[in-house]
Amino acid sequence: MELFTNQVLAGIATGAIYACMALAVVMIYQAIDHLNFAQGEMAMFSTFISWQLMQWGVSYWAAFLITLAFSFVAGIAIERILFKPLAKAPILTNVAGFIALFAIINSSAGLIWDFTIKQYPTPFGSAPFLGSQLISTHQAGMVGVTVLLLLGLYFFFQYTRIGLAMRAAASVPESARLVGINTSWMIALGWGMATAIGSIAGMLIAPVVFLEPNMMGGVLIYGFAAAVLGGLTSPFGAVVGGFLVGIFENLAGTYIPGVGNELKLPIALALIISVLVVKPAGLFGRHIVKRV
Amino acid sequence: MSAAEEVVAEGHEAVEAVPKRAMTLGTGTSLVVLAALLIAPVFVKNFIIFQMTMLLIYGLAVLALNILTGGSGQFSLGQSAFYAVGAYTTAVLMEQFNVNYALTLPISGVVCFAFGFLFGQPALRLSGVYLALATFALATAMPQLLKLNFLEHWTGGVQGLVVTKPDAPFGLPMSQDMWLYYFTLVVTLAIYIFSVNLLRSRSGRAFMAIRDNEIAASAMGVDVALYKTLAFGVSAAITGIAGSLGAIAVQFVAPDSYTITLAISLFLGMVVGGVGWLPGSIVGAAFIIFVPNIAEGISKGLSGAVFGVLLFLVIYLVPHGARQVAILGQQIAGKLRKS
Repeated sequence: MELFTNQVLAGIATGAIYACMALAVVMIYQAIDHLNFAQGEMAMFSTFISWQLMQWGVSYWAAFLITLAFSFVAGIAIERILFKPLAKAPILTNVAGFIALFAIINSSAGLIWDFTIKQYPTPFGSAPFLGSQLISTHQAGMVGVTVLLLLGLYFFFQYTRIGLAMRAAASVPESARLVGINTSWMIALGWGMATAIGSIAGMLIAPVVFLEPNMMGGVLIYGFAAAVLGGLTSPFGAVVGGFLVGIFENLAGTYIPGVGNELKLPIALALIISVLVVKPAGLFGRHIVKRV
Repeated sequence: MSAAEEVVAEGHEAVEAVPKRAMTLGTGTSLVVLAALLIAPVFVKNFIIFQMTMLLIYGLAVLALNILTGGSGQFSLGQSAFYAVGAYTTAVLMEQFNVNYALTLPISGVVCFAFGFLFGQPALRLSGVYLALATFALATAMPQLLKLNFLEHWTGGVQGLVVTKPDAPFGLPMSQDMWLYYFTLVVTLAIYIFSVNLLRSRSGRAFMAIRDNEIAASAMGVDVALYKTLAFGVSAAITGIAGSLGAIAVQFVAPDSYTITLAISLFLGMVVGGVGWLPGSIVGAAFIIFVPNIAEGISKGLSGAVFGVLLFLVIYLVPHGARQVAILGQQIAGKLRKS
C-alpha cells in the first residue's frame, strides 16, 4: 500500500508538469480550434529567454515577468505574421504550418544556446515537501501555480467582458462578429495567452527536466494526451487530465511487469485511447452536436 | 490566385468541370513524367537511382495516406507503424525464411491490410484530433514493440536486420539498384492505377461521402463503419508494401528507422502534394526527400529553420499544395487556347 501511495504522489508531481502544458494546449485550442504542435517549442524558447535574462543578472521574478510579457507579445506576433494569412487555408495546411514553426524554433534555439543541458533555478527550493521524499517543494509549488493559473483563467473567462468575448468568438464566430466582437483579434489574444501560459509551464518544468532545446518533446506529448483525456474544451479537464496521466504513467511503470521507461508512454497512451473510446469527447469535454 | 482558390474549394466537380481538351495538359504531363521516370536511370549514377527509388517508395506511402485522409477524411499520424510492419514482414520473411523478395510484397500487403483493418475498429469511435492522438500512439508504440524481447529471435531487437539486395533476374545487364528501381516503378504504377480506380469506384464514392458528411452518408445507406475501416485497411496495405520496398532498397530494418518523424514527413508530403489529389503524392514525396537535403546545404547549423521557412513559403504560395499549381496550369492552358 505504501508503494502505491508513493507512486501516486510521484505521479501527481510529474502530473503537474503535464497539467501546466495541457492548460496551455487547451487555451490555444479554445482560441483557434487546432492543436498547436509548436506549443512546446514556443515554451522552450521563452524559458531560454528567461534563462538568458538571469545570466545577465536579472533576478528570478523580474526575469519571470519580462518573459511572460515577451511571450504574450511574441504569441500575438506569430499569429499576426505567420498564421493570419493562413486563416482561410485548409486545416491540414495549418497543421503543416505548426510543424514548420516547430522546426524553425527548435533549430534556432539550438543555434543560439546550443544543445548542452543547462541547470535552471527554482524559486521554491528543492527540499522534501512536508517530509516526503517523493515530492519536493518545487513540485508542490508547481502544483500550486497550476491550480492558481486555473482559478485565474476561470475568473477571466467567466467574469470579464473580454473573456466572454473570447468564448463567443471561439464557439460561434459568425454571431460574435455580428455583435461587434473583433474575432480576428480574439484569436491573436488567445495565441498570446497560450504562449504566456506555455512560458510559465516551461519555466516551472525546466528545473525538473533541465533546459535544452529538446526538453519539451516528451512533455508536449503528455500534455496533448492530458488535454485530450480531460476534454479539449475544458481547462479544468486539462488539469485533471494532466494529473491522471502522470499517475497512470507511474502506476503502469510500477505494476505492469516488463514495462520499462520505454513502454511507459505507449501504455499511458493506450489507456487514454481506451478512455476515449468510451467517452469520445474526453472526461470533461462538451459533446458537440453536429448538424447535417 | 483567388480564382484558383475558388476552383479548389469547390473540389471534385470543379476538376471535372474543366473542359475536356484542357485535360490533355494533365495527360501530357503524366506521359512526360512517366517517360522521364523510365529513361532517367540509364543516364545517372547508382546513388541517384537509389534516391529515385526512395522517391517512388515515399510516393506510395504518401499516396496511401492520401487515400485515407483525402479520400475518407480520416487523419492519421500512425502511417510509420504500417510502414514498419511492412518493412519487417519483408525483412523477416526474406532473411529468416528465405522467401523470394517479390513474393513478400503481397504477403506484407495482406498482413498490413489486416492490421490496418483491425486498428480501424477502435478508431471508428474517434475523429479529428482524437483520431490523430490514437494513431500517434500507434506510431510511438511501434518502435518499442519491435524491440520487445520475445520478438528478438525474429526481428533482431534493437540491432535490426540486414536485408540482401536482389540481383536482376534472367541475366539482365543491370545493376542491382537499377533493377530494384524498375521493379519499384512497376509496383508503384500498378498501385497508382489501382488507387485511381478505387477512388472512382463505388467504394471510393462511399469514402468521399463519409469525408464530406458522415451523417448524410449513413442516411444514404453507406455502411460508415465498414468503409471507414476499409479505408484504413487499404491505406495500411499500400503503406506496408511501400515499407517492404523500402526495406529492400535500404537493405536494413531497425526499430528506430520507423519513428513518428517518418509519419510526420509523410503527412507533410501529403499537404505539399495536395490533400486528396493522388498525382500530387509524388511531388510531396520529392519535397520530403529533397528539401531537407537542400536545407542542410544552405545552412548546416540552421537546417531545421531553413526547412521550416521553405515549408512556410510553400504553404503560403499554394495552400492547397501541388494540386493548386496543376489547376492553375490547366486554366492558363485553357485561356491560351481560347485566345
